[in-house]
Amino acid sequence: MKCQRCEKPSTFHITEIIGEEIHEFHLCEDHAKEYMANVPPSDNTPPSTPDDSPFESSVQIQLPQSQDELEKLDQETCPICGISFYEFRQKGRFGCPYDYIHFQKELEPLLANIHGVFKHTGKRPKRMAQSSGKQTELISLRREMQQAIEKELYEKASQIRDRIRQLETS
Amino acid sequence: MNFDDLLRNPSSWLQGTGPEADVVISSRIRLARNLADFPFIRQCTHTDRKGIESQIKQQLLDQPFFAESTFIDVSELSKLERQLLVERQLISQELSKTEGARSVAIAKQEAFSLMINEEDHLRIQVMESGFNLKETWDRINELDDHLEERLTYAFHEKFGYLTACPTNVGTGMRVSVMLHLPALTMTDQVDKVFRSLQEINLVVRGLYGEGSQSMGDLFQISNQLTLGKTEEELLAQVKEVVTEIIAFERKAREHLLLERKRELSDRASRAIGILSSAHTITSEETMDLLSSLRMGIYLNLVTQMKIPDINRIFLETQPAHLQKIYGGELDTYDRNTERAQYLQRYLHKISRSSDSSQN
Ligand SMILES: [Zn+2]
Ligand SMILES: [Zn+2]
Repeated sequence: MKCQRCEKPSTFHITEIIGEEIHEFHLCEDHAKEYMANVPPSDNTPPSTPDDSPFESSVQIQLPQSQDELEKLDQETCPICGISFYEFRQKGRFGCPYDYIHFQKELEPLLANIHGVFKHTGKRPKRMAQSSGKQTELISLRREMQQAIEKELYEKASQIRDRIRQLETS
Repeated sequence: MNFDDLLRNPSSWLQGTGPEADVVISSRIRLARNLADFPFIRQCTHTDRKGIESQIKQQLLDQPFFAESTFIDVSELSKLERQLLVERQLISQELSKTEGARSVAIAKQEAFSLMINEEDHLRIQVMESGFNLKETWDRINELDDHLEERLTYAFHEKFGYLTACPTNVGTGMRVSVMLHLPALTMTDQVDKVFRSLQEINLVVRGLYGEGSQSMGDLFQISNQLTLGKTEEELLAQVKEVVTEIIAFERKAREHLLLERKRELSDRASRAIGILSSAHTITSEETMDLLSSLRMGIYLNLVTQMKIPDINRIFLETQPAHLQKIYGGELDTYDRNTERAQYLQRYLHKISRSSDSSQN
């Protein structure tokens, strides 16, 4: 793929989330550097109303990665909810809490880019999940049950449902 | 839920009371939370969404802090009813417009609202009238404590509260203060003030309007970052900046009162004139006229109207409220006519009652 601003091959792929919109840029090294150096702070902030999306913030998610790295990474899927890294890049939304663990390596520079840091220092729940393994197992079991129902494998679905009930009440 | 009950009073955040109410309309905090044992909304099946709804509902009913709250199934409301809740800021545009199982729990006197199945499983919101971040935080923090005793939130040691969008992760907290800045707008200083805010990671938005020229001179300031700072630090940052802006706005008002008093009085009188005699009026024009009046009241240039009048009119001339009071659906053209009639009635009622009190 060619750089969007010159004839050189694009080696940097930048995904930006501005508000709800996703923008992708494919740039050569020089243009990527130029781009990163002067990301306009306000020009690309779309006018929006507080209540259109009160929670949305106009920040940018940038993922400078080489093309090979990115192509490989895009294929990677979360074992719990099934979302691929590509889908995350497209929508800017994760599929389940486990994605933060599964994609942690890629996520840390991204969070540093958005927030400047990637270590939470605020409030924490007094009562933590006893074992997060149980929680993620519930997520994937519910998905498996749904898939079994879609494939009309009702016996399998009911076995999974029993296992879910067991976990929920334990 | 009885929408007529809702309509009887303006929202509590619009009482026009509280500290610094001459400049600050309201203080609002929202917290984003997700249940640990469900996928985030975008990967949810219908069954998942129903499961989230019922889990939250089950844990809340019978709780003392939840007494006299109402659960509303948003997916069963009409478009007009959903819009009404948006205008009262009880639900977001997103919750109003997206499809699928979703709901909102609203506390007595609109003291808090809980949106279920918005972008995150749970969005907790507390609003106060005036500049009252400490009390707003204390209330929402306590509510969040109650909820987490019964619900298992998705939380990560390093990343904090996990959210569907990485821009909300960490504290999951968005603090917003709505400001009325007519004098800074009139003296062309508003852009300068806001440009300086972007450098310190605060977001400014005009209310309802596009771009920096906001309708009714109303602006909302929020924190942009959610990770790496404690809730108290985030609150302190917003507080510091808003305190400065309040001082700027008051200085600009004093300056206008000294240099351009006749112009201010003229604006206020014309505003009353138009509002009480127009035959058709848009919501934009109404907001702009209300802005002149609001400032006029605080500068003692307007005596025949009070702040609670301005706030009531502000809310009741918005499209869904107007139609609900009218009792049916109206297109834009008819809404503008109905709005003018509502305003005539309201202002004539005020002038009659002020006449009789003088006799
Ligand atoms: Zn290039
Ligand atoms: Zn996942």
